[in-house]
Amino acid sequence: MRDEATFKVKAGLAEMLKGGVIMDVIDQEQARIAEAAGACAVMALERVPSDIRRDGGVARMSDPEMIQSIQEAVTIPVMAKARIGHFAEAQVLEALEVDYIDESEVLTPADEANHIDKWPFKVPFVCGATNLGEALRRIGEGAAMIRSKGEAGTGDIVEAVRHLRTINGEIKRLGGLSEAEIATAAKDHAAPLDLVRAVAASGRLPVVMFCAGGIATPADASLVMQLGAEGVFVGSGIFKSADPEARAAAIVEATTHYQVPERVLRASEGLGAAMDSIESRKLEESELLSNRGW
Amino acid sequence: MAVGVLALQGDFEAHGAVLKRLGAHVREVRVPSDLDQLDGLVLPGGESTTITLGIEREQLAEPLRAFHSSGKPIFGTCAGLIMLDREHLGIIDIRAERNAFGRQVRSFEAPLEMGLDGGPVAAVFIRAPWIAEHGPGVEILAEVEGHGVAAREATVLVVAFHPELSSDDRVHELFLQSVRDARLAAA
Repeated sequence: MRDEATFKVKAGLAEMLKGGVIMDVIDQEQARIAEAAGACAVMALERVPSDIRRDGGVARMSDPEMIQSIQEAVTIPVMAKARIGHFAEAQVLEALEVDYIDESEVLTPADEANHIDKWPFKVPFVCGATNLGEALRRIGEGAAMIRSKGEAGTGDIVEAVRHLRTINGEIKRLGGLSEAEIATAAKDHAAPLDLVRAVAASGRLPVVMFCAGGIATPADASLVMQLGAEGVFVGSGIFKSADPEARAAAIVEATTHYQVPERVLRASEGLGAAMDSIESRKLEESELLSNRGW
Repeated sequence: MAVGVLALQGDFEAHGAVLKRLGAHVREVRVPSDLDQLDGLVLPGGESTTITLGIEREQLAEPLRAFHSSGKPIFGTCAGLIMLDREHLGIIDIRAERNAFGRQVRSFEAPLEMGLDGGPVAAVFIRAPWIAEHGPGVEILAEVEGHGVAAREATVLVVAFHPELSSDDRVHELFLQSVRDARLAAA
């Protein structure tokens, strides 16, 4: 008597990723470097966000062959991205048996009104959020893990900090509300009432929340962990830096020892240059990825 | 009673919450000195490759073996079971097969008979290992489809699933009983 793909099993994998670093990789060599540096999972994609930004055009799900080659190269979990609302891409990723699907704003959205109905899938989903309402809407649709969005491909941490502080601030403010006020809060956040009630009672999201979008240094990882992230995604920050092996291991070390400045210091030494970065505030409205999805 | 939880990566907070609920003092363990004065230790679920590298980086392997040799109980779940096997820390005489049930789509929940009072435990298996081989001193406590998924050897208890993700505290209670017994024996 086995129950596969229960919500507990889907959300449970995210529990196992906690305190870890999930790294974007574009080929087998990068995947092996990420695994050897201590990544707890890899995200297989054809172009890292900074290249998607530079190249423009429509960004789609990666070539299944490329994802498969990465599944063959490593034993840690392999995630892959589908476009927002593109449930057929998600079905392909499920047929590939990736371990997690990221319904991601980094790719060009396929549906401007609807996200994927994630409940029918056996593979769990992670989705981005900029505030509590967005996180709870995704969980309501079946997401088993949340990542604060940040602004992918910039190397600028400011949006990640904004989104984390917003989500955690909104969670804190639910704490003091009466039952009647919780119903109003659900309306204001445009979020399912039962989920808002559960968050008000527990003081946390019902699933694990990582931080993404802009992490480039060990100190960035420590910052977002201290702000309440339960782990980090690093996209362009590793393989667009001068010394990916060293930086990947350093970000892993800083994520484990985020509360110990001496260890973050040691991890930060001798890494060479970080990725080329873009100040998020200088981006045009139309260039922002975090505005995609609702 | 002070119990440590290895906190390099994984679901160490979930273990801490269960242990606190059962009355233990809990300390997160990241460096060798965190092991001082502990009565028992939990190796949590997580990514075994990441935790292996963390143990190397922090030079924790020898201190963990010494902790075991001093007679203090150790409990490993999922990745923790792998860390304790012959090919890793060598603290229990088993060989674990990683991701033995398959990728995440094969992860499952099932009631599991472990011979505990109160009937089967609600077991959550996530990209779980199983016990492929074991030595004569190892007692297999539960099986799924003929493969060992829970075992004990003297003061070491391992399970391939995640009792820390359920509200059923009996497996942790079994471990804490061995911690109490070891304290009495040492006194």
